[in-house]
Amino acid sequence: MNVKTRPHNNTRLKLSLWLALAGFIALLFADIDMHRASPGQELLRMAQGLMAPNFWSYREIASSAFNTLAFALQGMALASAAGFILALLYRHPAVRGFCAFIRAIHELFWALIFIQLFGLSPLTGLLAIAIPYAGTLAKIYGELFEETEAAPRNNLLQSAGLSAFFYTTLPLAWRPLLQYTSYRFECAIRSSIVLGFVGLPTLGYHLETALGNGQYNDAAALLYVLLAIVVSLRWWLKKALLPVYLVAALIYLPPNAHFSWANIARFLSEDIIPAPLRNKANIDYVAVFDWLAMLWQQQILPGVTSTLILSQIALLLTAILSLAWFPLNSRQFFSPLKRSLGDGFLIIARTLPEYLLAFIGLLLLGPSMLPAILALGIHNGAIIAHLLGRYSGELVLREDACTGINRYSYEILPRVYRQFLALLLYRWEVIMRETAILGMLGIGTLGFYIDSAFEEFRFDRALLLILCAAILNIIADMFARNLRQRLHLRPSPETL
Amino acid sequence: MRLLTVLTALLVSSSISLSALAETFSFTAIPDQDESRLQERFGKVAAYLEKELGVKVKYVPVKSYAAAVTAYRNNQVQLAWFGGLSGVQARELVAGSEAIAQGYEDQFFVTYLIANKRSGLSMSDDFPAGIANKTFTFGAKGSTSGRLMPEFYIREHFKKSPEQIFTRVGFSDDHSRTIALVQSGAYELGAVNYKVWEDELAAGIIDPSEVSVIWQTPSYPDYQWSIRGDVDARWGTGFKAKVKQSLLNISDAEILAAFPRQSFVEATNDDYQPIKDTAMAIGLMDAE
Repeated sequence: MNVKTRPHNNTRLKLSLWLALAGFIALLFADIDMHRASPGQELLRMAQGLMAPNFWSYREIASSAFNTLAFALQGMALASAAGFILALLYRHPAVRGFCAFIRAIHELFWALIFIQLFGLSPLTGLLAIAIPYAGTLAKIYGELFEETEAAPRNNLLQSAGLSAFFYTTLPLAWRPLLQYTSYRFECAIRSSIVLGFVGLPTLGYHLETALGNGQYNDAAALLYVLLAIVVSLRWWLKKALLPVYLVAALIYLPPNAHFSWANIARFLSEDIIPAPLRNKANIDYVAVFDWLAMLWQQQILPGVTSTLILSQIALLLTAILSLAWFPLNSRQFFSPLKRSLGDGFLIIARTLPEYLLAFIGLLLLGPSMLPAILALGIHNGAIIAHLLGRYSGELVLREDACTGINRYSYEILPRVYRQFLALLLYRWEVIMRETAILGMLGIGTLGFYIDSAFEEFRFDRALLLILCAAILNIIADMFARNLRQRLHLRPSPETL
Repeated sequence: MRLLTVLTALLVSSSISLSALAETFSFTAIPDQDESRLQERFGKVAAYLEKELGVKVKYVPVKSYAAAVTAYRNNQVQLAWFGGLSGVQARELVAGSEAIAQGYEDQFFVTYLIANKRSGLSMSDDFPAGIANKTFTFGAKGSTSGRLMPEFYIREHFKKSPEQIFTRVGFSDDHSRTIALVQSGAYELGAVNYKVWEDELAAGIIDPSEVSVIWQTPSYPDYQWSIRGDVDARWGTGFKAKVKQSLLNISDAEILAAFPRQSFVEATNDDYQPIKDTAMAIGLMDAE
């Protein structure tokens, strides 16, 4: 190590210590009791289910699998087109802000809103995926365009306008752009599954029913289908076939809606107006203040607090698990055969959506923050471990480098730590976003109060709470971005 | 961008074709117990109504109480088997709606408070004050028997909110899950629809040595069929009356067992005023 890099090493060390400290302090305030009397018995039943999957209702399974893919394909098509256009305008702060806002709202929240407008219809699922994904893709595409080598463009005699962009910037950014888009498609499949939990006809719909009623044989069949779809992506998701898939998806599941202007007008002009303002000629400021104060005290403050506590602990667990697991996918530690087994585990752990993992955890461990912490840690830890393992494989070590634990501690860890922090900071925002939504499973984060507001048909409250969740995510995003810059980590992580 | 053009074209063309929906009469039901059996339970009802009414009848399954009300409000369904509270909410949201029939048992419905044997509580006639400082699960957030009525009596006795009385408060989503959660000990106590309890007890799903009833609430009106006011305009004059009569006429034991009710009797909106008052009293609905 040379002297010049030491200040950064110090800041990295400091950041690591702060994150660990925040996680441990949060742990003091967390609610992590185990309430299930006999998790072993339930676990045994789940294991038996996994051994004997029940594929008998194959028609239901097939149609929900096709629905899952159709939502993901259509959502991604719309999102990548919209994201691309927004990325071209990404220099404008207003566009940046807009993208940050639409991606700060989770696809499940978007779905809950669109159900009010379009009912439980294909259009609801399509938009719930397309809108937040467009925001994310715009950001990644925009940053890729910014980071491309400027020389080719600067050498043009007339370097202005779209043609300059299409002949210089775009070709250079094309490969990572495709790579990231195909990774996002995998995420879109996960999102599509989770939409089933609120009633859209995807695999999640039947998974929720089967798991909730303890029919683990049925649940196992659905889980295997889900894994098969994601693991086989690399063989069937081909550029040339995409238009075919998309047309097939549109024919199979046309984005219909139960469309009524009256519903939409009512939602916008009545439902979402704060209750104390509704049907009133004059604004009663006292009533509005009381309403806000009541929500702040009873829902926003406790919701935000639990969201922060849960996400900090989950971030700490993510960090620990990713450092523990990355050797599983590293050439430096295991032979190719063992490595493929290790990576197989990581792929399974990251394929299962956090929301689903948390739901299974709740069934096993009973209600507390514990299942949510484990779900977030396992899912995100596996993602970082997979990438970090691959990255560490590319390092060149001395012929006589030590082995085992010494190799891990003295050779590999110091060299991948920078990359590790970059990935962890990127995941921070993702974890925060997901933490809020886990409240819908009954943990007291913002999602719990949002779900209650929808159940009570108080859309004014729901929208205000969703706005709070969005602001929280935007702050986390800005904070993480700022830290990455200060630590001289790449502004956007390697395409995952 | 050829892809985009194709996509837009398809989007536009498909969204036009949907407006010409055939006049199918649709209904839904709140998913109050074992969701995997919903289709089986209500498929029979759809077939019966189709025969009686002479129009195509479709059952629309939903995931939550709120989704049932939303589908009704947005006119995706015109008839629904609601609980007391969800019915009041739905009729409040759709002017002109009417409660037309209720189960015979729904005139005097009750909630059972149930307890895991580890709680040390047993059956009593008086309100069981010993439930404080234990863990407690309601059913769905919008359930009458699983949330509204038990919460009302709990608040009335303790003059505090459930969060202040119990060490943990959960919402299980349906009555079958409430029973499973209390039986397994994940929660020490729960509130459950007495019909679902007795149904599952008879079916041998409940292990009486692990979980038992410790108290029952005073009776209140619960489930009912509610219908939108504009159905006569779409399916002809007298359609609403015909639906009502068909429901009251159900005598097939198999269909009745799906609810499970012994028969259906007439109901009116006014029957549910007590439910509305209770919902306002505990802050689930705003006073007008």
